[in-house]
Amino acid sequence: MFKNLMSWIEYRLPFMDKMNLHVMQYPAPKNFNFWYFFGSLAMLVLVNQILTGIWLTMNYVPSAEGAFASVEYIMRDVDYGWLLRYMHSTGASAFFVVVYLHMLRGMMYGSYQKPRELLWIFGMLIFLVLMAEAFMGYLLPWGQMSFWGAQVIIGIFGTIPFIGEDLTLWIRGDYVISGATLNRFFALHVIALPLVLVILVFLHIMALHEVGSNNPDGIDIKKDNDGTVEQTEADKKFTFHQYFTRGGKKVIVDAIPFHPYYTVKDLLGVAGFLLIFAWVIFFFPEGGGYFLEAPNFEPANALKTPAHIAPVWYFTPFYAILRAIPHPFMGAVAMFAAILAIALLPWLDRGKVRSLRYRSGLHTANLINFCISFVALGVLGVLPAEGVYTLLAQIFSFTYFGFFILLWFYSKNEKTKPLPVRLT
Amino acid sequence: MSNAPVDHGRRRFLTIATSVVGGVGAIGAAVPFVASWMPSEKAKQAGAAVSADISKLEPGQLIRVEWRGKPVWIVKRPQAMLDELATHEDKLRDPESEVEQQPAYAQNRHRSKKPEIFVAVGICTHLGCSPTYIINDFAAQVEGVKSGFFCPCHGSKFDMAGRVFQSVPAPKNLQIPPYMFTDDNTILIGEDEGTV
Repeated sequence: MFKNLMSWIEYRLPFMDKMNLHVMQYPAPKNFNFWYFFGSLAMLVLVNQILTGIWLTMNYVPSAEGAFASVEYIMRDVDYGWLLRYMHSTGASAFFVVVYLHMLRGMMYGSYQKPRELLWIFGMLIFLVLMAEAFMGYLLPWGQMSFWGAQVIIGIFGTIPFIGEDLTLWIRGDYVISGATLNRFFALHVIALPLVLVILVFLHIMALHEVGSNNPDGIDIKKDNDGTVEQTEADKKFTFHQYFTRGGKKVIVDAIPFHPYYTVKDLLGVAGFLLIFAWVIFFFPEGGGYFLEAPNFEPANALKTPAHIAPVWYFTPFYAILRAIPHPFMGAVAMFAAILAIALLPWLDRGKVRSLRYRSGLHTANLINFCISFVALGVLGVLPAEGVYTLLAQIFSFTYFGFFILLWFYSKNEKTKPLPVRLT
Repeated sequence: MSNAPVDHGRRRFLTIATSVVGGVGAIGAAVPFVASWMPSEKAKQAGAAVSADISKLEPGQLIRVEWRGKPVWIVKRPQAMLDELATHEDKLRDPESEVEQQPAYAQNRHRSKKPEIFVAVGICTHLGCSPTYIINDFAAQVEGVKSGFFCPCHGSKFDMAGRVFQSVPAPKNLQIPPYMFTDDNTILIGEDEGTV
């Protein structure tokens, strides 16, 4: 009876076949390390954000008069409202933690290189939408930092020559950030951008499954079937979806099916993540003022600027670049260039060897330079822009962009180590 | 169903014509979506001019008036403050107010209609924070200058005519809104003789 029902469905919608293709018979390299947790963790956090977000809208009032009070109401009067709110606000920071680590993984193992350029581009689009989503979400509690942070970020658009002034008026829908701005940000934050985000995540995964996952060795697991590839006993143990063998044109080696091997492994990552996530939610929900900033516990006041305005930590590396340039518009250009440079990695890196393991010491040093610059800019972005901090921000902006420029030069004729034939 | 041969020219013409008409329609349909983001009639009304009573303003005192949601400062500058404006012009980015940040009647040293009454939008021209008014204690910011405005966000500094000092992030002098005196004690902010 059940079997009949299943085949009745399968005939009309090949659900099991698609499950096999993407999950049970999807070949994944056998050597994934902990760096490969962060993709699935990002999905988990996305689900967390959507679920807690939907529940928050049930009590949140999107208006200049009601927003701040409704968040207080959620925190104090709604049963478990504080938990839902902290899961959402901490979730935003967690999202950026896992996404930054996910991106670093891609940079370490050259996962952006051919043929994964489009996959990388989708990832960068997700990152952009995520930043917009986080920015608009931060306005919704209508606290002092919500208001003045938004003032600064919308001000960035105002630096665009000729159209800037009108553009900011159009974004705000008022001569100043007001209830009109709040309502449209709410609409974009809860409907428009999450829809775009989910579609982009779908495309990201589809693009991934088409080209297959990269791995810490950065070599292909789908070899051309020219008769020279030897499959080991372990290789012959698994059946992979015929789609991946391209009708016998490809031989798959050193792979294991995504399910149950990586579902179980990712579950371990999930457990570890939730341990830390719950610890933060219960004991440090404000993240020491970095996840939720102190001035945000005061209602927005257009006539009183907080003494020090700093964006939430995940924006600070880019914010530090913005401030490092003395000219406002050029600062904004530099900030967007900092993101664009990452998106262009597949073309800036002219190397053929993907993984850090087999690339030159110079490349490793350069990547370390990138990490140090990024973190240093992040620290400088929360500090006031004065004196030595401005100079430091300029130096680290220079080394940040230096990473990409150096990479372009040395990657053409880089001295790399010989690649193994099989995964190690 | 006819078996006539495919007329590619005709098919291409119809495809292009449909695309163009459809494209124009799509642009037309986008208009209300884009236009609805502009300030509503209500917001425009809220952005109308406001009047302020300055009869009780003491010398050196600053009052804030909200105009279009922005803080507008009205300061009554004593003669000493006005005299000081001439002393530090070498340290300013735009001492002559050449950048259009003011109505023509405020393009002078004191950047105002009546020299003693200073009116300015109290928003830093860098990224929109509101600077702090520091009276008689500004020398810590700029040597030899007694009073001025200091922006706590990114450290921009302005003198008592809202003129920006050099080597700070703010690129322009503070904005002077249009204003007029309806009588000796009342000032109307947001409108002047030219706009009425």
